[in-house]
Amino acid sequence: MINVSKIKKGIVIDHIAQGQGYKIFSQLKLDEIEDVVVLLRNIPSNKMGKKDLIKIETEIPLDLTVLGLIDPNITINIIKDGLRVDKIKLTLPLKVTGILKCKNPRCITQHEKVKDVEFILADAASRIYRCEYCDSHTSL
Amino acid sequence: MKNIKHLIEPGDFTIEELDSLFRLADAIIADPNKYLDRCKGKLLASLFFEPSTRTRFSFESAMLRLGGQIIGFDDPAASSTSKGESLADTIRTVGCYADIAVLRHPREGTAKLASKYSEDMPVINAGDGGHQHPTQTLTDLMTIRHYKKRLDGHVIAICGDLKFGRTIHSLVKAMSRYEGVRFIFISPEELRMPSYILEGLDESTYMQTDQLESVIHEADILYMSRVQRERFVSEEEYERLKNYYILDKEKLTGAKDDMIVMHPLPRVNEICEEVDDDPRAVYFHQARFGMFIRMALILRLLNMEVEQ
Ligand SMILES: [Zn+2]
Repeated sequence: MINVSKIKKGIVIDHIAQGQGYKIFSQLKLDEIEDVVVLLRNIPSNKMGKKDLIKIETEIPLDLTVLGLIDPNITINIIKDGLRVDKIKLTLPLKVTGILKCKNPRCITQHEKVKDVEFILADAASRIYRCEYCDSHTSL
Repeated sequence: MKNIKHLIEPGDFTIEELDSLFRLADAIIADPNKYLDRCKGKLLASLFFEPSTRTRFSFESAMLRLGGQIIGFDDPAASSTSKGESLADTIRTVGCYADIAVLRHPREGTAKLASKYSEDMPVINAGDGGHQHPTQTLTDLMTIRHYKKRLDGHVIAICGDLKFGRTIHSLVKAMSRYEGVRFIFISPEELRMPSYILEGLDESTYMQTDQLESVIHEADILYMSRVQRERFVSEEEYERLKNYYILDKEKLTGAKDDMIVMHPLPRVNEICEEVDDDPRAVYFHQARFGMFIRMALILRLLNMEVEQ
């Protein structure tokens, strides 16, 4: 197995479902940051069979709320001086841009170029969001 | 960015703002001549990406009665959008000429999108597909307020196609903001109020029935609606349900003397012509209130008439 050294300071996003790592990598725009980023895929895991994992050695605070929508089982560990100092519990973001798509064929966002369509949490229990333009419901 | 206000959905105005708008409309009704040139030199852009003669006449009459002028189109083929221009570019260009824009579009959410590109020109939603039509709602509220003197404490019976009626959903949402309002929803099983509308209401404030005769005596307002052919899969289904509720003189005998009968028009056959002469029938006057409330709205959004 490839050995990736422990990071001193940064964020470890663990327990990502196998195959979802790249999606999260893109969603967090990790290709745009200049710090060390490692995406590990298909790591053997007792609990999950195989999992993905991302390590980011950075001091820049990242907005991780969107991960709550992608997969609430993901764990986030904040590392300082090589030690885990915080574990973030994921909740559903109240507003999301960039990951959901309106499914209403009559919605203007299907016909005009609209960037950054915002979706507002409508029902947390069923993970349903509402399109800011046409109010129709959508989920991931 | 300047602090301009748009009207995209009825909820964009607080109850207080609505009330102030209604008072302005009252003042216009009381002395329309006073407002004849309030909007002199102002230009309204009437952007109808689908035709709607009724709504367009109402807005254009409102602007002309305020002394303003109008540019626009009501045939999408004549607009530059048909040449592939984006909505954003159309709105920015129109914003160079006009002081206020009225927008009708078949796609849902278009007015909201347009408002995001409009930096100093207020945008009024004149209908975005089956989504919102806030000035229709204002017209309904203005009519109720005029005849019943207030908006709270009424029993509103709504009859007909409750499932697909955008006008009705919007009216229910708007009226549910007022204290003591109760609803009676009258429709056949197939055309009942959708659950997402009912979920927004306190359960003690509404009842559902398929009998108009047995509840009409309770109503302060009877809102009739049209069953639209295009909503049905089969012609037989439409023919059967279209005739389900027809208001005639006979049924009206059970109603209160001061009840009012409303209808967004055009009607098909939901209200018999014999009802037209009944003093309770106010549906032909609604369009007048629609024009006055649009006059008030234009003045308010242009900041021409501040709170009095
Ligand atoms: Zn939408």
